[in-house]
Amino acid sequence: MQATNILILILGLGAFAFFLGRGRSLALAKPLGGIRKLHSLPSYYGLHAAMWCSLPPLFLLAMWMMFDDPLINSIVVESVADEIAPTDAASYNLLLNKISNLADGILPRKGESAVLIAAADHMEALRVISRWSLTALMLTLSGLGLLWGWSRISASFRARPVVEKVMQNILLACACLAIFTTVGIVLSVLFESIQFFRSVPIFDFVFGLEWSPQTAIREDQVGSSGSFGAVPLFVGTLLVSAVAMVVAVPVGLMSAIYLAEYASKSVRTYAKPALEILAGIPTVVYGFFAALTVAPFLRDLGASFGLSVSSESALAAGGVMGVMIIPFISSLADDVITAVPQSMRDGSLAMGATHSETVRRVIIPAALPGIVGGVMLAISRAIGETMIVVMAAGMAAKLTANPLESVTTVTVQIVTLLTGDQEFDSPKTLAAFALGLMLFTVTLLLNIFALHIVKKYREQYD
Amino acid sequence: MTESVNNLDKIKQSLSRRNRAEKRFRWYGRLAIFIGLAAVMVLFTDIISKGHGAFRITYIELEVTYDQDRIGVENLTDPEQLANGNWEALSKAALRNEFNDVSGRRDKRKLYGLISSGAGFDLKDRLLANPLLLGETEKVWILADDDIDTYYKSWLDGESYAARMSAKQLQWIDELHAQGKIRLQFNSNLFTRGDSREPEQAGIRGAVMGSLLTLILTLLLSFPIGVSAAIYLEEFAPRNRWTDFIEVNINNLAAVPSIIFGLLGLAIFINFFHIPRSVPIVGGLVLTLMTLPTIIITSRAAIKSVPPSIREAALGMGASKYQVVLHHVLPLSLPGMLTGAIIGMAQALGESAPLLMIGMVAFIVDIPAGFSDPATVLPVQIFLWADSPERAFIEKTSAAIMVLLSFLIIMNTVAVWLRKRLERRW
Amino acid sequence: MTQAATAEKKNPAKKTVAKAVNSLDVSDHQATVGKNFADNAKMTMRNVNVFYDDKQAIHDVSVDIAKNEVIAMIGPSGCGKSTFLRSLNRMNDTVDICRVEGQICMDGEDLYSPKLDVVELRARVGMVFQKPNPFPKSIYENVAYGPKIHGLADTRVDLDEIVENSLRKAGLWEEVKERLHQAGTGLSGGQQQRLCIARAIAVSPEVILMDEPCSALDPIATAKIEELIEELSQNFTIAIVTHSMQQAARVSHRTAYFHLGRLIEVNPTEQVFTMPEHQLTEAYITGRFG
Repeated sequence: MQATNILILILGLGAFAFFLGRGRSLALAKPLGGIRKLHSLPSYYGLHAAMWCSLPPLFLLAMWMMFDDPLINSIVVESVADEIAPTDAASYNLLLNKISNLADGILPRKGESAVLIAAADHMEALRVISRWSLTALMLTLSGLGLLWGWSRISASFRARPVVEKVMQNILLACACLAIFTTVGIVLSVLFESIQFFRSVPIFDFVFGLEWSPQTAIREDQVGSSGSFGAVPLFVGTLLVSAVAMVVAVPVGLMSAIYLAEYASKSVRTYAKPALEILAGIPTVVYGFFAALTVAPFLRDLGASFGLSVSSESALAAGGVMGVMIIPFISSLADDVITAVPQSMRDGSLAMGATHSETVRRVIIPAALPGIVGGVMLAISRAIGETMIVVMAAGMAAKLTANPLESVTTVTVQIVTLLTGDQEFDSPKTLAAFALGLMLFTVTLLLNIFALHIVKKYREQYD
Repeated sequence: MTESVNNLDKIKQSLSRRNRAEKRFRWYGRLAIFIGLAAVMVLFTDIISKGHGAFRITYIELEVTYDQDRIGVENLTDPEQLANGNWEALSKAALRNEFNDVSGRRDKRKLYGLISSGAGFDLKDRLLANPLLLGETEKVWILADDDIDTYYKSWLDGESYAARMSAKQLQWIDELHAQGKIRLQFNSNLFTRGDSREPEQAGIRGAVMGSLLTLILTLLLSFPIGVSAAIYLEEFAPRNRWTDFIEVNINNLAAVPSIIFGLLGLAIFINFFHIPRSVPIVGGLVLTLMTLPTIIITSRAAIKSVPPSIREAALGMGASKYQVVLHHVLPLSLPGMLTGAIIGMAQALGESAPLLMIGMVAFIVDIPAGFSDPATVLPVQIFLWADSPERAFIEKTSAAIMVLLSFLIIMNTVAVWLRKRLERRW
Repeated sequence: MTQAATAEKKNPAKKTVAKAVNSLDVSDHQATVGKNFADNAKMTMRNVNVFYDDKQAIHDVSVDIAKNEVIAMIGPSGCGKSTFLRSLNRMNDTVDICRVEGQICMDGEDLYSPKLDVVELRARVGMVFQKPNPFPKSIYENVAYGPKIHGLADTRVDLDEIVENSLRKAGLWEEVKERLHQAGTGLSGGQQQRLCIARAIAVSPEVILMDEPCSALDPIATAKIEELIEELSQNFTIAIVTHSMQQAARVSHRTAYFHLGRLIEVNPTEQVFTMPEHQLTEAYITGRFG
């Protein structure tokens, strides 16, 4: 039976158990003089039975789905005839893929060796066994749970605390998903990165000046190893982010100041949401805009001044990214500026300071930690931004600080290395995870630091 | 007193300079707002001016004879015959019929280039829908090739773009135009078809369905989990290090670059759990993890806005903590949570980077019908089209962007409306 | 003016006693008793009305503030004394919905005339607020702020001198001279308030407005500030709003009593606290309401 069908069946059984449990508790209560005589409300008895009936099988299902594939795979490969037995990890995966595709009927069986077909049949057989034993086990567990839940029902049974305890644990598990996600991210990028650093030393990766990840198809080709020096990518990323910040910080900050300090209420009600539109536009749209409108425009503009501007210039990508980040900075800055107490403004104005003197000399210094935190979050966002640079920045890793030239970034390389069909264990794909690790580490540090500053700042004026 | 008078003079001297500085500062602020608003305007104008043309497309009227011999099909119910039929021959014959003076291989190729290479299959569908047509002749409006479409539209606008056109083709189109046999029609293909290598055949239906399936899964997973997590953190969590740690994690995840979630999906869901690539299941899972922080954060804010007095009142009646949450807190904070969920979904709808990592960037013609069919999503479709060299795809891309933006505008409007409508002021 | 009001003007004392005290209704009370006007007036207010949107906060107040005097404004909370004070240096401009009518002059110059620059006005009329509000800068920078923005000091030495003098006048110099470059927010509440006073007098204003300057302070800090006010009155004209009658009695030369946005009585402080002319004043200082 399919996993989804089993799932539906178990949930149905759970619902059945609920009504059964509720009905029994009601029946119990009647001769005693109504449900007041029960410890808990009837629905809690129902829920209690439903939990026993459905939670253990669901847990089993999750475990089974996690472990049955690897288990079957290893049994099949262990038992496979010696002549095709794999020698290393790469050929292991290759063989496994082939067998599994044969078993699924994705590959035609015609023309394959008998050993392979035997292995595929073996796999298919094991899978059928696994599916049926899972179904049988789950139904048994479910039935036992139902019986147990049913038998526990009595007037004195404290169903509500039990149910609430289970519910609390479910809620806790949902909250902990955030931790699992972080752990998952760390493990997935770290694990692949370590594999990558086995073939490319970490020092060469972090400090190497040349990036050309093309690995040869044949082992004996020249330059078959490729070179994985990530410095040009870091420089490119910083260059694009710097251009973005040059656009976003002044515009975002000044518009936040204007909206918070000067604008009349009606201007504020319209201008603020209008600016926030920029934040809601998908990045792929910005990428399209940068690549097809801004970049050609800048190229032609540069040409008319006698400058050669690349059609994939860092300026175009960074500039459009800056526009995207404007509302991000302006709303964060708006928050911190309005959090500066009115008494500061009054104090300065009462000294005879003009409004702009008050803003520049009192409010901005007072709000500075919050603004710095916001700008750092914006930088982290610029570094991690993908679509705009994938579409508007270049592919070639060039070590330059000239924004008119084309550069490539960490995220662009991750995308180019991982899209398209290639085997998973080559240094080329693993390099993407190493870049991902760098990206994650840097943005994580920036975020933690920035969130810390902003939090401290908020506490100061609360 | 003399000191004070002296000061007053100094202040008076500085006044005009300071007032000028004040004015300048104000203008900087106005300029900044103007730049932001101008960016919005330019962006929208640019997209609309590039994309509005895609909603209409060029058709050419030809006289088609459904000649059984030419197709090589005798029985219209036999799928094998249908698949092997030479459907293109129909449209080619119709073209030769229209311009009967064309000879020579090169000219013929140019002539066949007038109409879409998929025109034969359109005729097949037409025939299958009405089998009585077999052997008959009828006038049919046939989809033109993308180059012809681009040229004809630009020519109608008065600035013809003929870079990819031969002199012969230009002449033929003039003839067709003079006879009223070429015209623009509403481009229904855009909304009814999947992706195609031919711009005139390409549509966004597949991508829209892919987005829909992915979003349904995302919503089904992230809303209950997000709300549960928010309830736990706001109502039940003890104030300890573990809770702090969860909070730090949530806040950080909200700021982690989306592409990292793609790496997570690739490494865990595809390589570890062996879920196939390019399917909405993986897309939904990845986007769930990505939108969870947003939903948790907004749901917590919604729960926080329920005043404690309501909880105290219910607790005072002898309700258990869960009853308080289920009967009072949850219903009161639901509007806020829904708003957060819509905003999270809008975010997920526009997201493309992580989906590139998990193979939703593949070229997929078929329209997905289930969660495990290979699919792409609207923003990724936009990315793919933007990358295509054909000029006609620029128009298509802009049109797809307009559709995507319309969805986003609708979602955000609903969110704002919901907030206004259901928001309670305590 | 209504009939009742005219009648009341003739015989202000008796008729309204019971009515005013029992119902606190002064809507039919139009006139101010006592000596509103001074010979050597620094500031003159005539028929001042202040509105928040359409709600009137100050009704028809006319009063003078004499040179180098300390005038205290007392009254129950919400009586508009702070609003009135804030209209003297146009701090009410920062509130969008606030509108001031009538005439407020300093040295014969109309403060609300469009020709007048509010920046210059506020340099001449300083203000100290209810809650100490030092800027999040160093002590030195706090005091130097005014002289810097107004360009009062040409050299660093001048500035140092102004800062030292102001801190000395505010009685804070001895306490902070060793840590001038530490944050002003690190001082105690009383010190912070004296820092704010030092900041205000650093630009040598002619008038200082104080809006309940001691309400956030402990009694010892309050005593120091009161001492300071007395010293400052030799050089400055001071208007102080206070909710403490004892404080008004201790520091001021004249006392004005406000009630529901109206100025009820202005008289020398001694007289107000010993023989108030108006029943409402008497009721207030004897603690029947407030």
